[in-house]
Amino acid sequence: MDDLIAARMQMAVSLGFHIVFACIGMTMPILMAFSEWKWLRTKKQEYLDVAKAWSKGVAIFFAVGAVSGTVLSFELGLLFPGFMEHAGPIIGMPFSWEGTAFFIEAIALGIFLYGWNKLNRWVHWMSGVVVGISGVLSGIFVVSANAWMNSPAGFTWQNGRPINIDPVAAMFNSAWLSQAIHMSLAAFVSTAFAVAGVHAYLLVKDRNNLFHRTAVKMALSFGAIAALLQPISGDFSAKDIAQRQPAKLAALESLYKTSKPADLVIGGIPNDTEERVDYALHIPGFLSFLAHGNFEAEVTGLDKFPKDERPPVLITHIAFQVMVGIGMLLALTSLLFLVFSKWRRRTLSRKWWLSFIALLTPMGFIAVEAGWVVTEVGRQPWIIYGVMKTKDAVSRMPGLQYSFYTISAVYLLLTLIIIWMMRRQIATVKTNYPSASLNQ
Amino acid sequence: MLAITIIILGVSFILYTVLGGADYGAGIIETFAGRRAEKTISKAIAPVWEANHVWLILAIVILFTGFPKIYATISTALHIPLMVVLIGIVLRGTSFTFRHYDVSHDFTHKYYTVLFRVSSFVTPFFLGITLGAMIFGNITTDPDSGGFYEHFILPWLNWFCITMGVFSTSLFGYIAAVFMIGEAGYEIEQQKYVRYAKRLLLLSIGIGILVFLVAEGQGHHLVKLFFKSSLSIVCLSVVVLLIPLIYYLFNHPNILYLRAAVAVQIAAIMAGWFAIQFPVMINEKNGAHLTFYNTQAPPETFYQLLIALFVGLVLIIPAFYFLFKVFKKTKD
Ligand code: HDD
Ligand code: HEM
Ligand code: HEM
Repeated sequence: MDDLIAARMQMAVSLGFHIVFACIGMTMPILMAFSEWKWLRTKKQEYLDVAKAWSKGVAIFFAVGAVSGTVLSFELGLLFPGFMEHAGPIIGMPFSWEGTAFFIEAIALGIFLYGWNKLNRWVHWMSGVVVGISGVLSGIFVVSANAWMNSPAGFTWQNGRPINIDPVAAMFNSAWLSQAIHMSLAAFVSTAFAVAGVHAYLLVKDRNNLFHRTAVKMALSFGAIAALLQPISGDFSAKDIAQRQPAKLAALESLYKTSKPADLVIGGIPNDTEERVDYALHIPGFLSFLAHGNFEAEVTGLDKFPKDERPPVLITHIAFQVMVGIGMLLALTSLLFLVFSKWRRRTLSRKWWLSFIALLTPMGFIAVEAGWVVTEVGRQPWIIYGVMKTKDAVSRMPGLQYSFYTISAVYLLLTLIIIWMMRRQIATVKTNYPSASLNQ
Repeated sequence: MLAITIIILGVSFILYTVLGGADYGAGIIETFAGRRAEKTISKAIAPVWEANHVWLILAIVILFTGFPKIYATISTALHIPLMVVLIGIVLRGTSFTFRHYDVSHDFTHKYYTVLFRVSSFVTPFFLGITLGAMIFGNITTDPDSGGFYEHFILPWLNWFCITMGVFSTSLFGYIAAVFMIGEAGYEIEQQKYVRYAKRLLLLSIGIGILVFLVAEGQGHHLVKLFFKSSLSIVCLSVVVLLIPLIYYLFNHPNILYLRAAVAVQIAAIMAGWFAIQFPVMINEKNGAHLTFYNTQAPPETFYQLLIALFVGLVLIIPAFYFLFKVFKKTKD
């Protein structure tokens, strides 16, 4: 395996692994604090039980998130020293803010997990809220570092090195806002639907279980709001990349030729040699509208870029279809959920509905992974868009494939253990929580 | 600004050694102390190990933000030992958490334990190797001179670095033994940790001396550098003078004083080490040095970095205080 490919794959595997735990770390504290708040207000046992059960799982996920994040902060240098040598002083600031946010998160989580019976209830609740806020903030800070790679700002590039560095301008680059909003929503959507899915699956087997019913309702209400906002934010992101990274937009829409107006291409298989998309559905003028808000606007195609500056079309296009497809599916589901909650409550405990929600368990996370593939592969061949190529940043160390194999094997093993452990954890719910054996 | 940043970098290294050391060392001690100790040890480190960890992250972030060239050079030349450290960190953290939170005590418990203990040895050992390799002077940055072996193996695979690895492992064990004296539930257990602590202190002193001897043997004149730095000499005196005091405290345990004395001792070791070579961070094979001065980022970067660190400290210190108070309550 080529060293560049190995380094990129290792980065992708490590980030793809970490993001799952990061999403959970950003979302679960909010859900737990919400459940505890309901308990404080209503004194109903099931809310306390759900909050406690969730916090057990969070401790495990948090630890894996922390260690895989530590791996990342070294890997940036281990794999792409050429990048970090120049980017470090420019994007170090958001990373140091992230460190601060994470520190507070870790401390507050310690207080939350170990302080159940030792603190004033509202103080305990407050520590959960702090975990949630600092979790989301740490996510936003790292994403801003990534946004800088897509939309470099805050320096002048001269003779192969940056001068006039302005870390604040770098952090608030033009991709920052759209990526931060979209990512935070994605974390909420993916985790909330996964949690709802697992509890819905258990509910199918034990239909009137109060504990699982409470959990599904809370998780879905939360996920539904985020899932409805997600397409709006996605549209904002798409308009944004139409401005700053037209090659990425062209790749994810498989737009080989600059067109005016441009069709929206749905599905299909891009054919790079013939420069066309086979088996796709075309909606005339719609891409012009989505990218520029005008059915007649011109959209830049890949033909405007030299061949060696085009991102891989096939991967980006498919990843984008997967993300948007899932986004639409989850938004529609959320709409149905809201409608049923208002007018047909009985449907919410029907078997078909619960099975459907259970089937959606992995969907949000698949969309998150696909979305990152769109962003990261769509930036290729650049590591800092328009400034530095990925191949010029990679480590000189030969044989990088061996670290790639090792890290992949370790993460695969951890994934299997975690899934297995969660199943064991779930099996004990009935004996540990009073409301879990209550049927109403 | 540069000076403050270097101090914060140094302090986070020291805190990582003291706090993280107690945490890694706990895995080392557990190997000898056996099943009985497992419970006490797990209870002692479960609430704090993630927070302890943050000092390493902080050091790394300061390094790549403030001194990017040092970060890039270490991560290229020392790719292999750092990769081992990372895998060690991952396996250690996860196996510990899994063991602590997994629901039943069955065959899995054994696997988690083996993984936890092995990685508790391997990680400090390779951390020590990495630290040794930075100053040993075998790092080559010129891509045209030498092959794979010269660039990626020789910088860290030598007797000096290996001795450093053994030294840090033994030191971490010592820190943990001292930490556990205060965590032990009853007298006999406490005596056991006192015994461990005494032995590991002697072992660490022995290996510490060996580090200097091996360095001389390999042509890296640490002793000469040492006597040039008055800070190093002061630090060594502190380390040595504390030994009788610590021995006294072993025999008449006062947990607070004992911990404080050992923390100061470790801090002095680290500071002395730092001072020997200051401001050099990396010695290259061709005689060049990477120092804090010739690798520093522009002032604007330091300014922003310090703001973030300052706000962080203002928020974190009271939060930490609160965390410890909550746990104090737990124990009573
Ligand atoms: C639950 C996950 C999820 C869902 C349902 C969606 N996305 Fe997304 N998307 C992400 C999760 C995500 C992500 C993983 O979070 C990304 C990667 C980088 C980022 O900031 O967000 C992303 C990136 C991303 C980008 C690239 C942004 C960039 O490179 O700066 C675009 C254009 C969209 N999304 C558009 C959409 C649209 C139009 C959606 C319609 C429903 C959509 N996304 C649903
Ligand atoms: C968009 C991508 C990312 C998001 C949203 C994200 C978010 C998070 C979150 C929420 C946590 C807390 C862990 C938890 O709650 O389980 C975390 C931990 C961490 N992340 Fe990430 N992260 C991302 C990518 C990265 C990258 C690229 C790096 C490194 C360069 C990184 C470094 C870390 C570190 C070091 C930790 C652990 C901190 C510690 O142990 O002190 N993350 N991340
Ligand atoms: C956690 C969510 C993220 C995921 C799933 C992710 C995914 C990926 C993928 C798939 C690649 C390989 C692209 C390719 O080479 O074709 C990649 C590369 C990379 N990513 Fe990300 N990314 C994430 C966030 C980040 C963040 C927050 C940063 C930095 C601050 C970052 C920095 C990098 C770097 C330096 C590379 C290697 C260079 C390159 O291929 O352009 N990523 N990532």
